[in-house]
Amino acid sequence: MSVQSNVEVHTEWGIVSARQAGRNLAKELGFSSVDQARITTAISELARNIYLYAEKGEIIIESVERMQSTGRKKGIKITAKDEGPGIKNIRQVMEDGFTTSGGLGAGLPGVKRLMDEFDIDSIAGEGTEITTIKWNS
Amino acid sequence: MQPSIIEMIYSQREEIMKRWEEEVQRVSENEMGRQLPYDKYNETNAEFIHLIIDTLELDQNEAKEKLRFFAERLIHAGWPLSYFTQGMQAFRRVLLETMTSNDSLQSKTVFTTFYEIESWIDGIINQLVDEYTGSWENTLHLQKLALKELSAPLIPVFEKISVMPLIGTIDTERAKLIMESLLEGIIEHRSQVVLIDITGVPVVDTMVAHHIIQASEAVRLVGAECILVGIRPEIAQTIVNLGIDLGKFPTRSTLRKGIETGLELTQRKIVDI
Repeated sequence: MSVQSNVEVHTEWGIVSARQAGRNLAKELGFSSVDQARITTAISELARNIYLYAEKGEIIIESVERMQSTGRKKGIKITAKDEGPGIKNIRQVMEDGFTTSGGLGAGLPGVKRLMDEFDIDSIAGEGTEITTIKWNS
Repeated sequence: MQPSIIEMIYSQREEIMKRWEEEVQRVSENEMGRQLPYDKYNETNAEFIHLIIDTLELDQNEAKEKLRFFAERLIHAGWPLSYFTQGMQAFRRVLLETMTSNDSLQSKTVFTTFYEIESWIDGIINQLVDEYTGSWENTLHLQKLALKELSAPLIPVFEKISVMPLIGTIDTERAKLIMESLLEGIIEHRSQVVLIDITGVPVVDTMVAHHIIQASEAVRLVGAECILVGIRPEIAQTIVNLGIDLGKFPTRSTLRKGIETGLELTQRKIVDI
């Protein structure tokens, strides 16, 4: 069984509802309040990137499971998809302090640190898809 | 509406009403039927179709008035707008069906009759939708205004010390308000220390942090000092994970500690007597 919710992001309110959906699922899956804050913040960063750079896109939030020797592990998977301008130099955006919008440049590297798994796929001119997972320990 | 049409409808009144109820049940079964008691739902349906048929002979303005009154009452009680639009549309479908199943009518008559019914129904639907969205937009506008008034208050708590409690999501527009209200307030209250309390901010991401850093930088430029208070433990961890450097400006865990620091900075302290 996997719960999934899709949130369209094309206004700043989209960011808020994506965050809310993420927090609800994280709570349901039994994440601690610190992890809930981490997940919500990560969603906030990803959704804001969509709003700022691609103007519209969607955030998909779902629960995932993985079998391990120690038993079943549950997690939350966040996918941020857009058809925006794409990222030309992925290595550069993963550096702390790199920004094209005058922000802090901590967004993407920050998300990577907040979450357990992080995958970025982008083609310049076609769009970006970022997938990230947090496991519940 | 033309008397001949009304007559036609009245002659098949029972048939039309029966079909309409079936049609409405079919369309709105999944949404409305479940939430409401069966009796109440049927009762309202019966009232609705009687109203539609009775208003046919009135002129359009009067009919609109009557239907609007009915709609307003139900919307007030929590019925969705779609119930009315679907109901009117169902009525139109049923009429068309009734007319086409009657072989004695010529297709031209059917067409002109249907055209008239359609414009009558569309007029009413449009008016309902217009009014509904109008009042909705108005409510939204008022709430926005109310929110804006609440969004960035600066409270002078002691001489030279002010507090800005932030509650809720910070978006771009609000960040701008925060900055303006901070700077204006500092000048107006001659504050030397401003405490920004983020206890009520649910998420501190890079954008929120960036705005707070910028605000405190601006505060420094007008000659005051900014202290960030109310950082919850989980927020502290997230900020560290994100790699945001808040080393440059002072932070305290609670508003109370912040006020103590503020008093110290202005060479005062609270003593027991």
